[in-house]
Amino acid sequence: MEKKELIVRENILGSNKKVAQEIRAKLAGRGVLCVNLMSAPGAGKTSLLEKMAEKLAPAHAMAVIEGDVETERDAERIRAKGIPAWQIVTGGECHLEARMIGKLFGGLPEKLDFLFIENIGNLICPASFDLGEHLRCVLVSSPEGDDKVKKYPEAFLTSDCLLITKSDLIPYLIFDPERVKKEALELNPKLRIFILSSFKDQGLDDFVAFLVERRKELATGHA
Amino acid sequence: MHELSIISGMFDILEEKAREHHAKNIIRVTIKVGKLSGAVPDLLESAFDTYKEGTLAAEARLEIVSLPVKVKCTTCSREFTPEQYIFICPGCSSTDLKVLEGMDLFIEKIEFEV
Repeated sequence: MEKKELIVRENILGSNKKVAQEIRAKLAGRGVLCVNLMSAPGAGKTSLLEKMAEKLAPAHAMAVIEGDVETERDAERIRAKGIPAWQIVTGGECHLEARMIGKLFGGLPEKLDFLFIENIGNLICPASFDLGEHLRCVLVSSPEGDDKVKKYPEAFLTSDCLLITKSDLIPYLIFDPERVKKEALELNPKLRIFILSSFKDQGLDDFVAFLVERRKELATGHA
Repeated sequence: MHELSIISGMFDILEEKAREHHAKNIIRVTIKVGKLSGAVPDLLESAFDTYKEGTLAAEARLEIVSLPVKVKCTTCSREFTPEQYIFICPGCSSTDLKVLEGMDLFIEKIEFEV
């Protein structure tokens, strides 16, 4: 047998990226802004989406794709707010991939302005997988501590927005939002930062206004 | 632990290349792993050893080359590796930087027998 050496230089995640780019282009063509929410478990992704249902949905059509290792609980919470929601149960897999989103594409409502994807609660693996989003938001909740940014750099480096959540708890915790902001901006100076509390309705209107603005930019091709 | 997904994606490429080149078996695969790719080299090796059984790469070795993060300043063109994850140009303090490498995972080279 003869030995051969083949130089490949091919991105291993290239096929996921390709599917993601197709999803991104299709959604942009329909005027749908797609937002990928990433965080550790319990940072408040679903609570934020419930608030989006109250604040964004009256004037805009939104839908949600929920990713979880098990149970339909999150999708049920979103549906209870009158918002169409699909649950992807990965059965152990720690992240969502673009193909999983692509499979749901046909079922999305005809009239849609915002598609939110709630990724699996995990600050590591989801960061490596483009889902076709136009906006990637990473959440850090105040009870998690203010030292998380540089411990999980890829999530912050690849995001467009940082949402510091559960701001109502900050007075009771050893948590300095300025440290989080500083470290996040060192890592990714382009990050847009919002400080939010879904429970006490703090900062949410600014975030909603930002989303609406980004969708307008998408429609005019500037997103 | 998403290394198995990564290795599964890698095998899609390996099998395609092996078919194209009529390989009888794969003996070595060299991959480049960016420091900020989110993949852990040790876990990639374990995932590779699990996945390769029963494939053309059953006897193959995985070689992993680690790639540091390298960025280029779009203002002054300086290329550097950010220390402590501070993405600010040490030359001109610009934050307008382009990541050149260190975020991705690549199959660099496949060695096989035909």
